[in-house]
Amino acid sequence: MRMGTENRTIRVGDIARVEGEGALRVRVRGGRVERVELDVFEPPRYFEALLRGRTYLEPVDITARICGICPVAYQLTAAQAIEAACGVVVDGPIRDLRRLLYCGEWIQSHALHVYLLHAPDFLGCDSVVEVARDHPEVVRRGLRLKKAGNRLMEVVGGRAVHPVNPRVGGFHRAPDRRSLADLIDPLEEAREDALATVRWAAGLDFPDLEVDAELVALRAPGEYAIDRGRVVSSGGLDLPPDRFGEHFTESQVPHSTALVSTLGGRTYLVGPLARYSLGSDRLLPEARAAAREAGLGPTCRNPFRSIVVRSLELLQACSEALTILRGYRPPEPSFVEVRPRAGEGSACTEAPRGLLYHRYRLDEEGRIVTATIVPPTSQNQLAIEADLRRLVERGLDLPDADLAHLCERGVRNHDPCISCAAHFLRLDVDRGPAS
Amino acid sequence: MTGRPRLAVWKFSSCDGCQLQLLDCEDELLALAGRVDISYFLEASSAVGCGPYDLSLVEGSIASPADVERIRRVRRLSRRLVTIGACATAGGIQALRNFTTLREVAAAVYPRPELLSSLETSTPISAHVPVDLELHGCPVDRRQLLEVVAAFLSGRRPVVPGHSVCVECKARGTTCLLVARSVPCLGPVTRAGCGAICPAYGRGCYGCFGPAESATTAALGPAWERVGARAGDLKRALRGVNAWAPAFREGDDEDGH
Repeated sequence: MRMGTENRTIRVGDIARVEGEGALRVRVRGGRVERVELDVFEPPRYFEALLRGRTYLEPVDITARICGICPVAYQLTAAQAIEAACGVVVDGPIRDLRRLLYCGEWIQSHALHVYLLHAPDFLGCDSVVEVARDHPEVVRRGLRLKKAGNRLMEVVGGRAVHPVNPRVGGFHRAPDRRSLADLIDPLEEAREDALATVRWAAGLDFPDLEVDAELVALRAPGEYAIDRGRVVSSGGLDLPPDRFGEHFTESQVPHSTALVSTLGGRTYLVGPLARYSLGSDRLLPEARAAAREAGLGPTCRNPFRSIVVRSLELLQACSEALTILRGYRPPEPSFVEVRPRAGEGSACTEAPRGLLYHRYRLDEEGRIVTATIVPPTSQNQLAIEADLRRLVERGLDLPDADLAHLCERGVRNHDPCISCAAHFLRLDVDRGPAS
Repeated sequence: MTGRPRLAVWKFSSCDGCQLQLLDCEDELLALAGRVDISYFLEASSAVGCGPYDLSLVEGSIASPADVERIRRVRRLSRRLVTIGACATAGGIQALRNFTTLREVAAAVYPRPELLSSLETSTPISAHVPVDLELHGCPVDRRQLLEVVAAFLSGRRPVVPGHSVCVECKARGTTCLLVARSVPCLGPVTRAGCGAICPAYGRGCYGCFGPAESATTAALGPAWERVGARAGDLKRALRGVNAWAPAFREGDDEDGH
């Protein structure tokens, strides 16, 4: 091997098509990858501190602002954790309406990632605008899907970014039957588009890569877990959400404003691959059939193939949304009265990017004493680093620019939301002094 | 490369929601991309043009020392600079820390706060560089955002009203929550733009678009008391996404007790 390929430094600035600011640093010594660090330098926003002293009704509006892409995940996780602290379980038609809203968020977020952020990587383009030049039909389909998700969020939530309608206990106002009935046609079209998306995504080229981290997701009886479930893992873990904190620990690393999360000291992965691998048997029959047709087995550990899994989840979310829309009767009243009491409550839901955990401790007047929020991306930080390590090890003979591009793809596979985790990925590969 | 105006979209401390509003213009996105050269938009494209830019849209607040340097560079590279959203125009929800100390908030979240590089306060872009136009909202409204870009392209002033949400409720035919249903509402002091969504969903406005022009927040105190709001309620309501906007941060003293 030539000197200089054994030790080298690559820098990639500003990883694009991710939500947030971060950087990547890779150090190669003697032809071996010594260190891979995913830096998150999105300025910290200190949400958990800012929530202290607020009333139990406020986190739904405040935590939405953690992420403009998945505000509903934050709103519904916060609401359910606070309901748990107050001894209330919201079920029935209000819960269906929550799940409908959450389906809308999955549809818009997954359509955004599949078509606008991830697809350009497979088609050799810089952006969706470039994709649109060569494949206008593909992009139009993606935008139709995204719009269907957004419309769902607008009708149920009031608006797509930072919905105003969700509250502790349910909704400020239940939408009338007519306005939801108007969504059936667009959602039918979206379901067709989602199926076409699965078929299109299945035909892309996928580099080989296997995640070996433990997979963690929610699992619920009789349904593909979205808004609730038990925390399960490929390693046999099976817990209610209120025991999450006993097994998962957050720690701080010098290079990141995101806290890094581990499971009993081990690296783990949340998100579409984990959800699919731990719950493919819970998909609706049409999504299972589409998965088989797309060549997926009961599990999928190739992060490049996450685009196929997200497409399947688009199909799942469209079908579920249609079922809820067809059976909809406005819940009366639109929310359950939740009386504050001193106590602690936790909840987990499946944000589009993976498991999201909230815990709140309230005083007797319902003021927040402490808040803990563990977003998907900080849980995935170590697993993303592990993927990148393998990509770099295999790609050491690639020119710097190509290796950097491969690493960026490795990051985008996981649709990291660095705004959540704390934004802006830069790659800096240190291959040692060139000689 | 092209004669089209060069557009850049920048992110500082924020949630990405305002720039997402641009990508959420599903029907207009491709047409827009034909009219402007999207030269820098990291969330959407890995192609990075080095500037200068004809129009920069800036999302996010200034919250770290690196932000201060970066916004100065963005300003130098931009012919027109428009700030979008509550973070960029008022400091955002993260400006709640301005009412306490950074040490206190950092220690509550991070075991080793000394590893972080954060400014004591989160502040709007206009506190650091001259801004040509501020577009308010958490998030900004899609139609208003398109109006700003369209106006820029045709060289006219954008039509962005500065009146209160009340005007939008009247236009929409929503019965006044504050008067008719005794629901505390920030609508009378909040800038229009969202379309008065909250009152239409039966809840009081919570101030996402910041203070309306000439809003007198103090005058709202008695109206809130009449509908049974308790001491401190108005102040708490104003301590939201636009808490650091001058009219909201000063107005709350009347009710603070």
